[in-house]
Amino acid sequence: MATTPNAAAPTDFSGNSRSLLRRWSADDIAHFVTFLSAATLLVITSLLVYQLWVLSAEARAKFGWTFFVTKTWDPVAGDFGALPFIYGTIVTSLVSLVIAVPLGVGAAIFLAELAPPRLSSSLTFVSDLLAAVPSVIYGLLGVFLLVPVMRTTVQPALKAVLGFLPLFQGPSYGIGFLTAGIVLAIMVVPFVLSVSREVLLAVPRDQREAALALGATKWESTWKVVVPAARIGIFGSVFLALARALGETMAVTMVIGNNPRVAASLFSPGYSIAAVLANEFSEATGNLYLSALIELGLVLFLLTFVLNGLARLLILVTTARGSGVLPT
Amino acid sequence: MSARLAWRKSLNVVMLSLTGLCALLTVSALFFILGYLVWNGGKDLSWNFFTKLPAPVGEVGGGMANAILGSLKLLFLAALFGVPIGLLGGVYLAEFGGRTVPFLVRYTADLMNGVPSIVMGIFAYALVVMPMHHFSTLAGGIALGVMVIPTVLRNTESFLRDVPRAMREGSFALGANKWRMIATVVLPAASRGILTGVLLALARVAGETAPLLFTAFGNRYWSPGWMQPTSSLPVIIYTYATGPYEDWHRQAWAAGLVLLGLVLITNILVRAFLTRGAAYERT
Repeated sequence: MATTPNAAAPTDFSGNSRSLLRRWSADDIAHFVTFLSAATLLVITSLLVYQLWVLSAEARAKFGWTFFVTKTWDPVAGDFGALPFIYGTIVTSLVSLVIAVPLGVGAAIFLAELAPPRLSSSLTFVSDLLAAVPSVIYGLLGVFLLVPVMRTTVQPALKAVLGFLPLFQGPSYGIGFLTAGIVLAIMVVPFVLSVSREVLLAVPRDQREAALALGATKWESTWKVVVPAARIGIFGSVFLALARALGETMAVTMVIGNNPRVAASLFSPGYSIAAVLANEFSEATGNLYLSALIELGLVLFLLTFVLNGLARLLILVTTARGSGVLPT
Repeated sequence: MSARLAWRKSLNVVMLSLTGLCALLTVSALFFILGYLVWNGGKDLSWNFFTKLPAPVGEVGGGMANAILGSLKLLFLAALFGVPIGLLGGVYLAEFGGRTVPFLVRYTADLMNGVPSIVMGIFAYALVVMPMHHFSTLAGGIALGVMVIPTVLRNTESFLRDVPRAMREGSFALGANKWRMIATVVLPAASRGILTGVLLALARVAGETAPLLFTAFGNRYWSPGWMQPTSSLPVIIYTYATGPYEDWHRQAWAAGLVLLGLVLITNILVRAFLTRGAAYERT
């Protein structure tokens, strides 16, 4: 290991170093310094987990598991329940996936299977730029463009057509779960697209050719052969997008309505974990209040940590298997 | 038979056109966003915007000079904390590393990359704001710096790995020891790629709002030194967009245009001029 002084090292070029350092070769020092930097990341991660755990102790002790099933969020009375936030986070993320997954996978199929390489790479470039747009910009467009359109056009239209479903009932405020889900969808499409495209490209060429040789149309070869072969990686991209959507803060905060409610209607205003942190953290008075907010942060952290881990694993499995047999 | 064939052929055309439509929709979102911001924010951009402090609440006019400077200071701190650690950590993974530690670091880096930015805000809050009992530029810089580390680390590692083995061996053959080989041969060879990673990571955190809300907070005036709360472009866009005043909304659009412009220009320049071949860029 780098930390053990290598007294017997014949390559002691560090002539200008003194006393203690003399026993270390320059390589040992370089090894040690870079090791420290890499270890810093591990330290930061552990510290983050430790902080979240310790600082949420008060809320965890007071509310226990009921924290997750309690609907009230009353900072004045000191009564905190996470249910409305967890509900809002999950509902908005699911809405975003319902929109983003077909769109992203469809676009990925086009880029991987149909588009000529030049077009494909320039469209991927644009999609990467889309992923770089700051979240607050999406929020800005959401507040001033999407919310009025939702209120005057989209929500009444949905109510007229699908109003028999409890999902599409109630007054149209413009803000709410549905609007937040749509903004999130636009934000996560680039992630679904770029990862799906990559795993589709990793499917060996022979498979496509074999399907075509059997008389399949281009679409049949894509849908029945290529997509199933890449499905685990596509699931991976969906998990990745889900993790993004769960933790997305600004855009959601600006359009979800910031009202801790559990409502069946997607038109209803709601709240999400990230949004309540953004709104209330800096003005939380009292230790219990802060501790409850940090427990929400802990929940969010664990959720995304697990989802990301799962996503990486799935993507790794498909691309490794695919590229192993990829003709050069 | 022929009816079935006709059905299959038309399904083929319909579905393939649909995928094309999906791609078109996705890509056009960027142009729409950009166009809409230029349309709404362009007319309110003026010299005052870049040089004046915000006007008192309710008064028309003023600018965002303090937010622009604040964002630059935060980015400077983020680079100061994040880049050296990420860079050296990447060198460790690519050049030294054994088996378990690099695996652990790599996996942690990928996971930290996906941790919501608001949680990083809590980290900096607990680390800096709580002991100091007040918001500060320093806290915001640390929150952003922590977000820079994983990206820079993974990028550096992957570009270092792309440096051909022959170059390392050549360097050894000339009698260099390992750190000299890394410092004078491998790092320079990978420098373009590493720079790309650093700039993209900084462009990404430049637009982050959530981790700044309760670390750098906000400030209607200049923020002297590093220990005072400071305004920043993303936070002021959020504050102004959700505020009640018409004039604030117009300024939010202008600030949004400036922020988006900076982020996109950095991305385009970096990707167009610095990357050769396939750049490693994963979220």
